[in-house]
Amino acid sequence: MAGAGGGGNDVQWCFSQVKGAIDDDVAEADIISTVEFNHSGELLATGDKGGRVVIFQQELESKNQPQCRGEYNVYSTFQSHEPEFDYLKSLEIEEKINKIRWLPQKNAAQFLLSTNDKTIKLWKISERDKRPEGYNLKEEDGRYRDPTTVTTLRVPVFHPMDLMVEASPRRVFANAHTYHINSISVNSDCETYLSADDLRINLWNLEITDHSFNIVDIKPANMEELTEVITAAEFHPNQCNTFVYSSSKGTIRLCDMRVSALCDQHSKLFEEPEDPSNRSFFSEIISSISDVKFSHSGRYMMTRDYLTVKIWDLNMESRPVETYQVHEYLRSKLCSLYENDCIFDKFECCWNGNDSVVMTGSYNNFFRMFDRGYRQDVTLEASRESSKPRSVLKPRKVCTGGKRKKDEISVDSLDFNKKILHTAWHPQDNIIAVATTNNLYIFQDKL
Amino acid sequence: MCVLLSTQEMDDTVLSPEKAEEVKLKARFPHLGAKPGGSDLLRKRLQKGQKFFDSGDYNMAKAKVKNKQQLPAVTPAEKAEITGDHIPTPQDIPQRKPSIVASKLAG
Repeated sequence: MAGAGGGGNDVQWCFSQVKGAIDDDVAEADIISTVEFNHSGELLATGDKGGRVVIFQQELESKNQPQCRGEYNVYSTFQSHEPEFDYLKSLEIEEKINKIRWLPQKNAAQFLLSTNDKTIKLWKISERDKRPEGYNLKEEDGRYRDPTTVTTLRVPVFHPMDLMVEASPRRVFANAHTYHINSISVNSDCETYLSADDLRINLWNLEITDHSFNIVDIKPANMEELTEVITAAEFHPNQCNTFVYSSSKGTIRLCDMRVSALCDQHSKLFEEPEDPSNRSFFSEIISSISDVKFSHSGRYMMTRDYLTVKIWDLNMESRPVETYQVHEYLRSKLCSLYENDCIFDKFECCWNGNDSVVMTGSYNNFFRMFDRGYRQDVTLEASRESSKPRSVLKPRKVCTGGKRKKDEISVDSLDFNKKILHTAWHPQDNIIAVATTNNLYIFQDKL
Repeated sequence: MCVLLSTQEMDDTVLSPEKAEEVKLKARFPHLGAKPGGSDLLRKRLQKGQKFFDSGDYNMAKAKVKNKQQLPAVTPAEKAEITGDHIPTPQDIPQRKPSIVASKLAG
């Protein structure tokens, strides 16, 4: 991990780039709501509260500096979703992009799914670098020629042009969710995907927009009996019949679609037993899982609740195999965090390419990494102050009591408006994308 | 990890930090339900978003927000969008879709 001093496998994280405006006046539309690398790591997509998607592309390594990884520059940007008004319920449907998921690449074009609270869209991003010239019936500017003036015939020829990247919506999957969509996940079969809202999960075929199959429904007959909601869902990375979903009560259910059409009965239930004497008003709220992610290997899954990150072995339902404290010092601040609503913040988490390190965000623009093998953790900060090119990030430390050392920050000085909810790790390399409220930071390991 | 409350009588009970926070919360909000994760919180979560009277009301509120775009709006505190103070007429509602502003990430 990033460290003072050496050590065989210490990774030193360096600032690489930052995207977004510097000013402190943040318009709501600019709040980043999702970050996702594609399967090769060449493309990095962000979604924001204004319904816009920005895609960055990694430049090819320059021949001058073969050891330096390419920078990410804007490749395409488009308006994915617009605000809508639900006339039946008299409620606004936000255009905020909740999730982006890339499809594995099959041809020259790239495809991604983006979703807001109600509608999922499949976008095709394609490149155009040549255009036809020399039509018989049209001038170069598009005006039609008078056919009587045409005396000879010619064959139009393709000529190179400046690269144009076009994004077009290929499918719109609408009207399938009564509640708010929190997750989408593409199946390893590359033909289907799931979308999950608070109470239901639907299975779609990527080609078919006018119907979807409901595979999980936890809505009680009497809404007064509602005790938990679905918070996240994901398909297994290589078993196309398996998916998991997490709940607001801290449980994860694994379902096998071969068992029955409606997967209300789970195949496995992952739940850590709780000590009843420790139970408090906050217990259930802080146990609510905000994100669930399978490891690349498919053997493990990671969950994020308010204070911890837990790694579960799919073969053991009784308890997680590893638990990492993200910001345990907040346990004695739960009252104020409840009053300012921060206790409901939904942090995401991610794995590195070989599943040896996991990462998640915290407050004060801090983010945390946990090395599973070396049992080390580090806190780093995404800030403009540490944004000099290739400068190594200094580990940060929160002082939890007693005398505050120099360079430490006390819990009461943390800025709870500066939250890092979304982070992403390149699928192969040590390149990470960290989203603060309205800026995207890219860090790389020191080569 | 245990914390001794200085505001409590020292009667040999040592509360966990979580329970101490609960005591603080109950002191401020005595009517808080016994089952917090239950129906109330969940129901609030299921119906997130502000209800409007109708689409005219919604469009009027949107037009008002557009005029005040430069206010910093990052705090999690609720946005007090006032609706219903003016009966919408066709002239008041923005005639065309406002032009889409590009994301600053792409700048």
